[in-house]
Amino acid sequence: MITFDDVSKSYPNGHQALSHVSLHVDAGEMIFVTGHSGAGKSTLLRLVGLIERSTQGQVIVGGQNLGKLSPRRVPYYRRRVGITFQDHRLLTDRTVFDNVALPLVIAGYSHRETGRRVRAALDHVGLLGKERHLPESLSGGEQQRVGIARAVVNRPAVLLADEPTGNLDPELSREVMRLFVRFQQVGVTVLIASHHLDLIRQMGKRILSLQSGRLATDSGQPLP
Amino acid sequence: MTRRARPARARAPARGLLEHFSAWLTRHAQVAVSSLGQLTRTPGATSMTTLLIGIALALPASLHVSVESVRAVMAAWDRSTQVSVFLKTEVDDRKAAALGEAVSRWPEVDAVHVLTRAEALAEYRTFSGMGELVDSLDANPLPAVLLVQPHPGPTPGSGSPGTPGAPGALVDRLAALPEADGAQFDLEWVRRLQAIAGLGERTATVLAGALGLAVLLVIANTTRMTIQGRRDEIEISKLFGATDAFVRRPFLYTGLWYGVLGGIAAWLCLGAVGLALGGPVARLAALYGSDFRLQGMGAGVGAALVLGGGLLGLLGAWLAVSRYLRAVKP
Repeated sequence: MITFDDVSKSYPNGHQALSHVSLHVDAGEMIFVTGHSGAGKSTLLRLVGLIERSTQGQVIVGGQNLGKLSPRRVPYYRRRVGITFQDHRLLTDRTVFDNVALPLVIAGYSHRETGRRVRAALDHVGLLGKERHLPESLSGGEQQRVGIARAVVNRPAVLLADEPTGNLDPELSREVMRLFVRFQQVGVTVLIASHHLDLIRQMGKRILSLQSGRLATDSGQPLP
Repeated sequence: MTRRARPARARAPARGLLEHFSAWLTRHAQVAVSSLGQLTRTPGATSMTTLLIGIALALPASLHVSVESVRAVMAAWDRSTQVSVFLKTEVDDRKAAALGEAVSRWPEVDAVHVLTRAEALAEYRTFSGMGELVDSLDANPLPAVLLVQPHPGPTPGSGSPGTPGAPGALVDRLAALPEADGAQFDLEWVRRLQAIAGLGERTATVLAGALGLAVLLVIANTTRMTIQGRRDEIEISKLFGATDAFVRRPFLYTGLWYGVLGGIAAWLCLGAVGLALGGPVARLAALYGSDFRLQGMGAGVGAALVLGGGLLGLLGAWLAVSRYLRAVKP
């Protein structure tokens, strides 16, 4: 589903965020990406979500070489990828319902279909009763779940989560992780960047660790 | 739970063309209405911007309307312009009639009306208000007059100052007639007025260009500030696959509304000016024996203002959003 072939990403200021990363993720797989802050976790996710482009090497997602995707096609690609952010990035002046509905409005779904899907997504994250609330009136964990509902409402093939448990207590963190497992169980490829090593070890999934932009270990196995 | 997420491709909605079109239409209608609603939520700022645009549009429009009104009057004057040839007093009516007949066959002459000495006196008595004085005279002191109507110029009243040479030549030729005492031609001031009107028209055009640009910049700047306030929304929308067109749409509608509302405001301004000046202008015109009226407050000018405003609004918003979108390209 996701293939990195000798991928590097450097910024104009000279910072090398990723160096020669090669990896492969099967469809329906769930993977944790870990490492210190600045190790390149977020960059790796941003390359898959095509928020940024690699400066070297190829990123292939779902058979699509992202380097060859024209800017005009980028929006349509992004509709097939769901993303959650550590800082949630919710629209504070919109209700929970409107926040979750955003990807569907963008994709041009009908009013009825949008309502149906938004309520289904909110049901999954356990926030059905809060659709009329504004994000600020929710707890951090609830806001993260609104973000997850928004990420999956368009039924993406790939789900990317950047530090989804960043500010949550251990119990809430486990709950959020279980939510991601449920999406994996129905066939979504899930990539989670997290530095909560204890928590992700409990999940029993494949773990990639990055060090200074290089892939250091894959599921605890040092790479050659 | 298990029927939840699937790969998007496999579940892409199979929608008919008609449903697709109606969804597209609904989307546009929603954005149009919501952007108008957004404007009504800030009535102070909206009405100030609208009024600014309205005044900027009304200025060149009112100048244009004034020039057009003067033009319409001048066209009538142009047609009535004639050369008066005063004949020597010894030329009697019969000779005058024969001369008139001859002059009317000149190629540069359209028509000749012969005013006999008696007719000239009668006319003088009627219009001068000095009938008694005229009656007290022993003999008729007035000469016969040929009222010569020149062929209309190639473009009468079209705004070009015209070539004074040709009518001037006609005057000279008429004055040179042995029977003529003199020939008088009052077109010069009409020509000057035409030149002034032409200058006015040009001024209106230049002003329209400059103020049109001002409207464009006002709307572009207003859009730019709106974008600043909605940065987050745009960024997040783009992360979830919003196309440039999707991002642009609400701003284009806002620009369109500003322009249309500004056009309506301009039309109302123009109407108010017309109401305020209409009475005095009509009275002034009546004093000159003219039925001159301010023209062009009609639906045509209104439609042009609204349409022009709308187009400028669209263009201004487009420029602002496109600049922003270029800056945030991934």
